[in-house]
Amino acid sequence: MSKYRYASILLKELVITDFKLRYQNSFLGYLWSVLKPLFLFAILYIVFIKFLRVDFGVKNSGNYLLLATVIWGFFAEGTGLCIGSIVGKGDLLRKISFPRYVVVLSSVASAAINLFLNMLVVSVFLVVGGIDFDLRILWIIPLFIELLVLVLGLGFVLSAAFVKLRDISYLWDVVLQALFYLTPILYSVSILPAYAQKILMMNPLAQIMQDLRYVLVSTESPTIGTVYGNDLYRLIPIAGVVILLVVAALYFRASSKNFAEEV
Amino acid sequence: MSAENTVISIKKLRKEFKLPHQKISSVKGLFTNIFALGGNQYESQVALRDINIDIKEGEFFGIVGRNGSGKSTLLKIIAGIYNPTKGSVKINGRLVPFIELGVGFNPELTGRENVYLNGAMLGFARTEIKSKYDKIVEFAELERFMDQKLKNYSSGMQVRLAFACATILAESDILLIDEVLAVGDADFQRKCFNYFKKLKKEKKTIVFVSHDMNAVREYCDRAVLIEDSRIIKQGKVAEVASAYTKMFMKENENSSTEDKIRKKRWGNNDLKIEKVLVTPSSVKQRDKKIKIEASFKVNKTTRNPVFGFVVKNAAGTNMLGTNTKLWGIDTGAFEEGKTKTVTWTFDNMLNDGDYTIDVAAHDSESAQEYDWWEDAVGFSVFREIHADYVVEPTFTTDIRH
Repeated sequence: MSKYRYASILLKELVITDFKLRYQNSFLGYLWSVLKPLFLFAILYIVFIKFLRVDFGVKNSGNYLLLATVIWGFFAEGTGLCIGSIVGKGDLLRKISFPRYVVVLSSVASAAINLFLNMLVVSVFLVVGGIDFDLRILWIIPLFIELLVLVLGLGFVLSAAFVKLRDISYLWDVVLQALFYLTPILYSVSILPAYAQKILMMNPLAQIMQDLRYVLVSTESPTIGTVYGNDLYRLIPIAGVVILLVVAALYFRASSKNFAEEV
Repeated sequence: MSAENTVISIKKLRKEFKLPHQKISSVKGLFTNIFALGGNQYESQVALRDINIDIKEGEFFGIVGRNGSGKSTLLKIIAGIYNPTKGSVKINGRLVPFIELGVGFNPELTGRENVYLNGAMLGFARTEIKSKYDKIVEFAELERFMDQKLKNYSSGMQVRLAFACATILAESDILLIDEVLAVGDADFQRKCFNYFKKLKKEKKTIVFVSHDMNAVREYCDRAVLIEDSRIIKQGKVAEVASAYTKMFMKENENSSTEDKIRKKRWGNNDLKIEKVLVTPSSVKQRDKKIKIEASFKVNKTTRNPVFGFVVKNAAGTNMLGTNTKLWGIDTGAFEEGKTKTVTWTFDNMLNDGDYTIDVAAHDSESAQEYDWWEDAVGFSVFREIHADYVVEPTFTTDIRH
């Protein structure tokens, strides 16, 4: 049996198990995957759009905000699940030899399933809010792949580092909080001075978020291309994400040899 | 190395565990560590050294050793869970690391779901498990419970399910089994034995780790004895078994060192055991009388002290024993300065294995121990045929036609 077949069987089963366990003993079960972002969105919508009257400078402020919160939700959940994933499976690691990266993959996959369900909700709002369907929408495929690669890369680094250093998780909480404000979620990129916009858009998460907003909500949305005046600048954060994944995978592979002894 | 199919080849294996002087699990620790320039913060503990083993196809190979000897570490290295520090381990063929039963079992899932999860851990896709599912349920005798959560199973049911999964699914060339027999009730142990017999018949390659010499003697073709991270003996099971017994014996002789006595012996020494003899120290047939002679030095005059002994098996279970109080024997007066001898004899009904004897003397009220000596002496019983019973009294069998 090839080791990739084993890895894929295991991955599938771990994701299924995780999904089953997540909503056990809850009355509404899987519905929560959809209800949670809805409620969250309702709160943000009331607070930021209706009450604080935040202006994103686009037509569909609500959808503009909703999309960003869903993307952020995936980022925070995915990295959060990854951090503790190896330590959480310590019992298994000590008993059986299997490709360790499957554990991280399954965490990202679980978060991605949630993202998919959330995006179904978002798409309803997008249709209701009025979206021009054209071929542009296909851009979401590479953009979501970039997002997955980003989370996976961080997941590998964080989960392996957490085995050796338990306060990585507290540190990551702080970093997440900072990243939340370093990503244009609750504010519009255009309120920043030009130099700050340039720095901000080098954050891969900001680049992905603005590109998705551009593709799905409004073409008035500023992207890394409009900020720099050249679409090729987009390649910098993309290259960063790819390099992150490669380095992270190498680091993970090197440290995974000792996981069974260290967790 | 011969040209025969060697399925597991271990060469010059060494395993060290890094024991940090202080586990760095905080950033503060990391910083202080970085600034404590150079100094090696780790201490190495050698778990295995210079291990060379070749296991051939179809062999039932035993790894014997006491707790902490390194035998389980060796199995984990073969299974690929730990990496060797030095040396190499080569595996030819598909290996199911059966280190423990029910790997991946989750109490929150139903029996059915756990079968699929455990199957995936062993490398089986859902479709493959589906075709064997009924067989697993039947083997586990849990037809009515498969849709209940595992946490609602009794421990016996859980073990049955785990064992059924392993038995039906683990169709690999090489199996690694670690002390499976240590869990479960007698009925389950019987099933295990039958399963081992079946595996042996099918000529599978099996690596079996145990501290129970009897089980190893029963199933293994060859074995290796590991003590204190080294191979002490490798070869035919009989040779390894006698080395194992000798190791225990030697330890009993060595126990004159102060340190060991303190751990295994206590009392106020009003009566002090001078010597314990057991004859014969190796019993070849059943029914032979075993004699235990204990000589006591009287350091303080006492009246009617109680003398007793316990025979324990290798696992530490009290097999038999007695004391003078139990039988209402008045042992009389013991005057200071004298040496007295207490002798017990009994017909042996113990089956093969290694046994140790505790000898003790205490006052008539059992309030004060004069001298209590654990594992004062030992003996072994060797029998040609192994029986699955710990004791075997003299039977008469009558068949009428």
